[in-house]
Amino acid sequence: MDENKVIICRCEDVTLKEIRNAIREGFTTVEEIKRVTRSGMGPCQGKTCGLLIAKEISQMTGKPMEELELQNIRPPYGGITFEEVTKGTITENNK
Amino acid sequence: MKNRANVVIIGGGVVGCSIAYNLAKKGVKDVVLLEKSYLSSGATGRCGAGVRQQWGTKQNCLLASESMNIFEHFADILQIKRDIELKQKGYLLLAYSDKELEQFKKNIEVQHSLNIPSVLLTPKEAKEIVPDLNIEKLVGAAYCAKDGHANPFQVTLGYAEAAQRLGVEINKFTEVKDIKTKNDAVLGVQTNKGFIECTKVVIAAGGWTQNIAKMAGVDLPIYSERHEILVTESVKNILDPMLMSFSYNIYCQQEPNGSFIMGYGPENEPPSYNMESSWEFLETMSKKATWLLPPLKNIRIIRQWAGLYNVSPDRQPIVSQINQVEGLYVACGFSGHGFMLAPAVGILMADIVTGDNLTFDVILDLERFNRGEIIEEPSVV
Repeated sequence: MDENKVIICRCEDVTLKEIRNAIREGFTTVEEIKRVTRSGMGPCQGKTCGLLIAKEISQMTGKPMEELELQNIRPPYGGITFEEVTKGTITENNK
Repeated sequence: MKNRANVVIIGGGVVGCSIAYNLAKKGVKDVVLLEKSYLSSGATGRCGAGVRQQWGTKQNCLLASESMNIFEHFADILQIKRDIELKQKGYLLLAYSDKELEQFKKNIEVQHSLNIPSVLLTPKEAKEIVPDLNIEKLVGAAYCAKDGHANPFQVTLGYAEAAQRLGVEINKFTEVKDIKTKNDAVLGVQTNKGFIECTKVVIAAGGWTQNIAKMAGVDLPIYSERHEILVTESVKNILDPMLMSFSYNIYCQQEPNGSFIMGYGPENEPPSYNMESSWEFLETMSKKATWLLPPLKNIRIIRQWAGLYNVSPDRQPIVSQINQVEGLYVACGFSGHGFMLAPAVGILMADIVTGDNLTFDVILDLERFNRGEIIEEPSVV
């Protein structure tokens, strides 16, 4: 498996290699890795990469998964356009 | 963790890390920095990432332009490899009244005395720089092409790395529980991981500074206040400079990665440590932003958050020793401008702690409030 070709954060194109390098540098929480690599800063807010990064931290540091905190998920919980907010027109049919 | 130090710095934001680096650079040995969470976890990591030199007082212009010099040559000066994502595409300050424009003219005179390359623009000239800008009601603008953006996380980590290379010990996830004093002098710092004996303590703890100072029996005239901010998905570049208005109350810029980041100063926000996001902010921000820059309406907001401004009586920094406790120093009250001033503030605090003459001709001491020397800075958002 080529670490450079495995994308962990799909929103921000962060590879497994970058995640592992960050952990080696001493960033051993999901929140820190988010800030160093931008993983989890994209539209999905780490819903995909958060767990993968936590698993990587766990494997490399020996810390059990249940002791690792995931990143904060912040509002709005899905992408929403400025116009949807200003007009209050959010319906199920909106894209 | 060391149990003895020359200087203990409390706070691992950009200001604390800059102070640590500058102390070590001056040759101070055994500097220890304590951070209750991870580096840049407080105000630094929540800020709008803007760096500007367009101020109305000479000393703010001086600190900001010296800081910009350092941002411009950051990797060389600190001998690190980090890219701080410096983007110098300007700050466009918008004037919506003749009075505001007059103030900009006065500010520009001050800025020119320090070689800050700012200019006054007509609304039409402003629109040439930002074609999508709504110039309705706009009277004029001030613009400095050398202002812009830098990545707060990378700047903080850069200072931390350079400081560690010079011997500073940085302890993340280490919480300060008490500052021990005897006969009004510092004896040491109690943390959740043990006691560190020291005679000098610098508090640079952002929104929590007043609480830490209380541990040493000091009441600082500062408070913390929630400010909210949001970021959008990354889109193609349509906005070069930071847009800012004091009267319309907004700041908005497009980061190098394509995301827009924006916020405004809350009205009637009570002092607090509240860092919750609100629907009211999302709604007001959306109205303001799409009025100012109409193409934003189809862009998606992906995240909002809040952080704490640490506000002083004149909304200007306090970088000072504390007279009532020997060996106690404080860098606080940045009122939302700590990130952009941190490089110069680090140098200044290193001078103060080592007893050297100040590198910059500024007055930011705590006693100014007792002397009645309030700094009148007109350009605060």
